[in-house]
Amino acid sequence: MSLLELENVTLKFGGLTAVDDLSFSVEEGEVFAIVGPNGAGKSTVFNLISRFYDPYAGKIRFDGHDLLKVKPSGVAAYGVARTFQNIELFEHATVLQNLLVGRHRHRQTNLLSEIFFTPSAKRQEMENREKVEEIIDFLDLQAYRDKMIAGLPYGVRKVVEVARALATDPKLLLLDEPASGLSVEETTDMRWWIDDIRRQMGITVLMVEHDMGLVSGVSDRVLAMADGAKLALGTPAEVQAHPAVIEAYLGKAS
Amino acid sequence: MDNLQLLISGLANGCVYGLIALGFVLIYKATEAVNFAQGDFMMLGAFVTIGLTNTEYMGLPFWMALPLSMGLMALLGYLLDRFVIRRMFGESQTSVVILTIALGFVIRFFAGLIWGHEPQTLQNPLAGKELAFGGLVLGMEDVAVIVVTLLLTWGLYVFFSKTKLGLAMQGASQNQLAAYYMGIPVKRVQGLIWALAGVVACVAGILFAAKGSVDPNAGLMGIKAFAAAVIGGFGSLPGALAGGLIVGVIEPFASRYIAAGYSQIAPYALLLAVLIFRPHGLFSQVRVKKV
Amino acid sequence: MRIVFKTDYMQDIRPWKDGYQLSLYLLLLVAVVIAPWVLDDFYLGELTNVLIWAIAGLGLMVLTGHTGQASLGHAAFLAFGCYANIILIEAGVPFMLAFPLAGLITGLVGVIVAIPALRLHGVYLAIATLAMSILVDDIIVLTEPWTGGVGGKYAPAVNVFGIMIDRWSTPKEFYWLTLAVTVIVTLGYINLLRAPLGRSFIAVRDSEVSAQAMGIDVSRTKAISFGLSCAVTGLAGALMGLYATAFNNETFSVVISIQLLMMIVIGGLGSIHGAFFGAIVIGFLPQFLSISKEYVGAVFGGSTVAIPGLEFGIFGMILIAFILFEPMGIYGRWLKIRTWFELFPFYRKDMFKRQKSYLKTERLR
Repeated sequence: MSLLELENVTLKFGGLTAVDDLSFSVEEGEVFAIVGPNGAGKSTVFNLISRFYDPYAGKIRFDGHDLLKVKPSGVAAYGVARTFQNIELFEHATVLQNLLVGRHRHRQTNLLSEIFFTPSAKRQEMENREKVEEIIDFLDLQAYRDKMIAGLPYGVRKVVEVARALATDPKLLLLDEPASGLSVEETTDMRWWIDDIRRQMGITVLMVEHDMGLVSGVSDRVLAMADGAKLALGTPAEVQAHPAVIEAYLGKAS
Repeated sequence: MDNLQLLISGLANGCVYGLIALGFVLIYKATEAVNFAQGDFMMLGAFVTIGLTNTEYMGLPFWMALPLSMGLMALLGYLLDRFVIRRMFGESQTSVVILTIALGFVIRFFAGLIWGHEPQTLQNPLAGKELAFGGLVLGMEDVAVIVVTLLLTWGLYVFFSKTKLGLAMQGASQNQLAAYYMGIPVKRVQGLIWALAGVVACVAGILFAAKGSVDPNAGLMGIKAFAAAVIGGFGSLPGALAGGLIVGVIEPFASRYIAAGYSQIAPYALLLAVLIFRPHGLFSQVRVKKV
Repeated sequence: MRIVFKTDYMQDIRPWKDGYQLSLYLLLLVAVVIAPWVLDDFYLGELTNVLIWAIAGLGLMVLTGHTGQASLGHAAFLAFGCYANIILIEAGVPFMLAFPLAGLITGLVGVIVAIPALRLHGVYLAIATLAMSILVDDIIVLTEPWTGGVGGKYAPAVNVFGIMIDRWSTPKEFYWLTLAVTVIVTLGYINLLRAPLGRSFIAVRDSEVSAQAMGIDVSRTKAISFGLSCAVTGLAGALMGLYATAFNNETFSVVISIQLLMMIVIGGLGSIHGAFFGAIVIGFLPQFLSISKEYVGAVFGGSTVAIPGLEFGIFGMILIAFILFEPMGIYGRWLKIRTWFELFPFYRKDMFKRQKSYLKTERLR
């Protein structure tokens, strides 16, 4: 059984069809990339999986659960974490606090035990901190631990967002344009991290990305989209050589 | 006949609410800030005009004082934007709200200092004149209020939907950065809008002080005008006027047909009902933030 | 220059950074506990007032400072707590039970109010709460059989562990009662902020979408925040009633709501310190003004007649100055000064600089 399955998913905004009868599945342990020109509906697919939008038709299943039955805040509980195209961090909190929010889905305490900060609340905080420190080590964020997000450079924010998603301990990580706006070196780092996330942590990665170098470097399979529909699906080399993809990117050869 | 009389005086009150609400909406449309001091602008406009025209102050001719006070209020609005509001560019809406509430306090304080705390009436050529239709007796002030308000709202509506500057102002509000890239002088446009809001407030103040009396706390009426703006949907000029009229009419009728105390309650109860069931006003559609 | 080396996670989890900081706070606690023996009754009364405002400020801070939901209607919950407390006492419930119950009931009312209010964002929420605050004034008049209407009610002396306390005959005891409540609420608040719930408030404040993606139920979190905020505000209201000894519908007018919000903005949004700093400004500004007016009158021979609205005028100007020049409030300024000393001589001017976003729009239409 695949980890994530989309089956004939369609989404319409008024008269505009943003996602058109799209089906694909992501297997456990792979890095799966979605590429396509602007407005192809890539981020919309992420927002559908995050349940920010209700599809007009179709099914979305994750790990045997029907995702369409849960609230947006329930998606994380199944082990799906994500980043955002325009970075949605908690601006007026420290990096550490941001990552600790990522641990929220593992919360065992309740209102009262937190107000009195009972030993169990304290124990939970220690455990959360340990998990978060592992991720800080993994992504080399030690220098920024106590810094406010509002003062951080763009490249670091991108990494913090990945770190926060990892802190939730996900099975599936959705990366929305992880390399956009990054320098060449930062993109190379990101590439190794994505590779490590899959290999060392065993987390399946689904990403939307424009940088074809990054895509062909790390992904096992690539889905090319245009106008909300599937153009081609296969290995990076296959997709790049696919005539429909070339046409969508370069226009019809005259 | 009695009901008709109530309706007319309610409509006249509603026009003043509507004009203040218009000021809110103007600023909100163009800068996305909410000016909680708009009611105090109105009060200040009234006092400036009184100061210019009433015999115990400067005693200028009425028709000379009008453009002068409007000009002064426009200048005040412009300067306020230039030196205070513009620094809030990019800050959260809530900070601007709190800032303008504080501004209202300050305006109220200075108005009290200069003109005292006694209610005063604007001396005007229409005072005391009446218009009779059969058994119906209308104060000329009430008629003037309704006519002026309708004309002003219509003019602003045309300005925003037809003229180039008006459209530029709308563009500036919807996406400041994009408007800037498109060559719209965002800052100057914002200044103009605040000046315009000052003028509208001044007109409201003149009408208000002509048909009743004004004291420094009259600015608190802005809260009621706020209810009007929200009921009308906050983004639309005709909506603001409609909201104002609804609030103006509902007050006398509530106190007549339910109980005296309810004229205070009715507008806010309606406001809450609208916010709960139609959070974006009676006349609008809703869209969701895009991620 | 002082540097704290961290060697243990507990250093971040416990509320104080190091022994130095802990001893400062303990010193402050000792100072406020012995205050009744140092101050005369008038200033003790003023200090009590400041503490009550601080509790109310803490209540609003949870909602506005940490969850990002601006309320211009918290006077309604002050009123609710006040009336609930007195009505329970008059019904024969002992104060030690009536007081926490008043908080609890107000909290529940807050949750009920939150359910429709949750659908509103930013300015709309502020307007709705403002309207609510205005309505409560009228509702108190209309529900005269319970509230005494315009005539109001009088607060009796209350029994705390066998000691009868009221504001006039036992000001010291009343001060300690208020102080105890302040300390308990503050400790609870600190605990909350270092636990998941407090962080989820901050998450909702800063980005609702990503809070959701992290598994935080935004509506539920807001409702809890509303409830906690109102409960604490209700406690402050109960104390305010006892402090005022007589109160009616006008005691908790909409102006109080506005003042409360402005207070925490001046103090510094998003910090516990901010509630206290703001309360000090609110509490001592009238005293300060009357003293300085006398001084001006004595030096320049001017009259000392009261200028109506002066307090609010000055207050407004202070607030405008803060929003323009120090949006983080007194606490923000305090942090900068402290950091300057700690890092001396390495402080840089742009250390607290924030990036502004020009693209963000809160408008949905």
